Amino acid sequence: MQSIFDILGIYWINAYHSVNLYLINGATRMSIERREARQPWILLSPALAAVALLLFVPLMFIVVYSFWLRSAVGADTAGFHLDNWQKALSDPFYRYILLNTLKIAAITTVLCAALGYPAAYFIARSRGNKMILLLLLMLPFWISYIIRTMSWINILGASGAVNTALMSLGIIASPIQMLYNEAAVILGLVHFLLPFMVLNVYVSLEGIDTNLEDAATSLGATRWQSFLQVTLPLSLPGLAAGGLLCFVLGAGTYITPLVLGGPRDAMFANLVFEAIITQLNWPLGSALSLLLLMVLGVLVAIYNRYLGMSQLAKGLG
Amino acid sequence: MDNTKRYDRLLERYRNGDLNRRSFLGLIGAAGAAYGLQTPFAGYANAQSVSQVRFDGWGGVVSEAFRKHAFDPYTAATGIDVVDGTFSGGDEYLAQVRSSQEGEYNIAHLSGVFDYARYVNFGLTVELNTANIPNMELVMDALTDAYRRVTPDYLSAVPYNYGTTGLAYNRKFISDEEMKEKGASILIDEGYKGKIGGWSDWRTRIWYGALQTDQDPNNITDMEAVWDAIRSHRDLALKYWGSGAELMSLLAEEEIYVTEGWSGRIAALQEQGHDIGYYDPPNGFGWQECLFVIKGSPVEACEELLNFMLAPETSIAVAEGQNYPPALDGTKVDLGSKIPTLPAYDPTGTLDALTFADPGYWNGNEAEWSETFSRVQRGF
Repeated sequence: MQSIFDILGIYWINAYHSVNLYLINGATRMSIERREARQPWILLSPALAAVALLLFVPLMFIVVYSFWLRSAVGADTAGFHLDNWQKALSDPFYRYILLNTLKIAAITTVLCAALGYPAAYFIARSRGNKMILLLLLMLPFWISYIIRTMSWINILGASGAVNTALMSLGIIASPIQMLYNEAAVILGLVHFLLPFMVLNVYVSLEGIDTNLEDAATSLGATRWQSFLQVTLPLSLPGLAAGGLLCFVLGAGTYITPLVLGGPRDAMFANLVFEAIITQLNWPLGSALSLLLLMVLGVLVAIYNRYLGMSQLAKGLG
Repeated sequence: MDNTKRYDRLLERYRNGDLNRRSFLGLIGAAGAAYGLQTPFAGYANAQSVSQVRFDGWGGVVSEAFRKHAFDPYTAATGIDVVDGTFSGGDEYLAQVRSSQEGEYNIAHLSGVFDYARYVNFGLTVELNTANIPNMELVMDALTDAYRRVTPDYLSAVPYNYGTTGLAYNRKFISDEEMKEKGASILIDEGYKGKIGGWSDWRTRIWYGALQTDQDPNNITDMEAVWDAIRSHRDLALKYWGSGAELMSLLAEEEIYVTEGWSGRIAALQEQGHDIGYYDPPNGFGWQECLFVIKGSPVEACEELLNFMLAPETSIAVAEGQNYPPALDGTKVDLGSKIPTLPAYDPTGTLDALTFADPGYWNGNEAEWSETFSRVQRGF
């Protein structure tokens, strides 16, 4: 027969083991939780290190440079001066080029949307040959952007394909001047940016359940009404994501106006290039590049506030 | 003898359980950090025995000629490799050099005495011992003197070739007589609106603006008149070109009928059979190029390479390839049959017929003029 002490003893031992087990389990759980919490950071650390070293640190250098001054002989004078910022923000020349850049980027974006949406719709709703169509869409990316831009010279130049064809058909007597103006710059940008728009809209359209369109049709809507009231509103996030990409990439370009533009045609990035490379004025070039970055950053922030970046990630992925 | 590496021994101990993971990773990390810290100094140690010299130039046929006639024989003679890079413009290259480590760039094929002066201003020079470059004896004194005026006590470069930026025109639309009569003013002739080109370089635009307003390009007194001439040219021009290839394409495709052009590129177009004329107007833009040794370079190895590059067979081959006369004095060296026919060639060896940019004057105004040109170009 067990005495009260034995029972108490067993109880004590059980209690001790229970507490111990609880503590051990707790510690193990804590350790697992901690490890799980750490894991994403460990996995992300190479990417974070790359972003810090290749983006954040250079950006900080540019910020510091923007407060320096260029001396008369070209060497930079270190210090904290607001002259470059004052010039970048108050000079009507920079304001004019910045606004012109935003205007060209906006026109390009609208054209990309107008041309890209039908193409994306066609790909999304086509049966069987989707992969081939997507491959064709990606094909231009296999060729250098500069080569693609320069190809327009062979198409629209005085002795290019279009002028030669028109002259040989007797439609025109002398070549039409189609290159080296703002329209040619916009054409080059649309050519470059259109695939980004098509891909984003395509991803958005692919995610729409086609039964919704069928339901709208069965409720009496015409195909056009079903598109306007069902498909288009549901695909707007893709259109917005494509629009943002086209706008930001378009506003930051400098090759296209250089190759296809006339003497006056320039975008803001051309001024940054000239300040840094031609004038060797790194401090002013830094202030100008940060100004462009801030303007585009505000647009991205507005987009993120109302639509979120997830749609953009889908389109890019 | 134990050939295993310390890492292998550590790994074995770790796998055997004699070393915990933390200690193992700590030791590997410490080894990595130690290697990382010593590497820059190891670089200096390697620099003591020169194994390669870097040369940067304009690429194309020039690089091929250098490789065949100078770099390969130099490597065979010295065991030092020549790594050749290319650049598309002097400004861009200077930006690269400024942001590099000392010794990363060694010899560059630079344009103009003003470029030489800019490198001097940035403290990027070395002091060459010309006694180690015997072929300097064959170079025109007029070209060397231009650099000596910038650095009277030493040279950081040797002259290599020269040329002009003159007027290039399509003979199908513009006769030689009309070109001679109008000179630089043909670039602001309303009759050729939309068929005029121009180099996007601010120096060239201002130089020709000075000629169009009858001013001395090395002593401009009415700058506002020059800016007005540049504005007129801008409004009549179809395109500002940015490279020799673009210049040749615009002329060959008849996109433009007249522009300024580099003498060598126009000679290349003529060789290809295009009926393009070339005319150096009075006070036309003459320039000379040099092989510049950049601060931090192994100077003696570079001097030896410069001597190979200045050797008549190399200089002549390069000159024939790029269509610019070499710096060699035609009165001292037989330059063959082609070079005397090249545009801008001076048989006297004095270069009195050419006008060069005064480096002090042009570099002194660079900051203001280059920025103003950027505005004028865009309609301001």
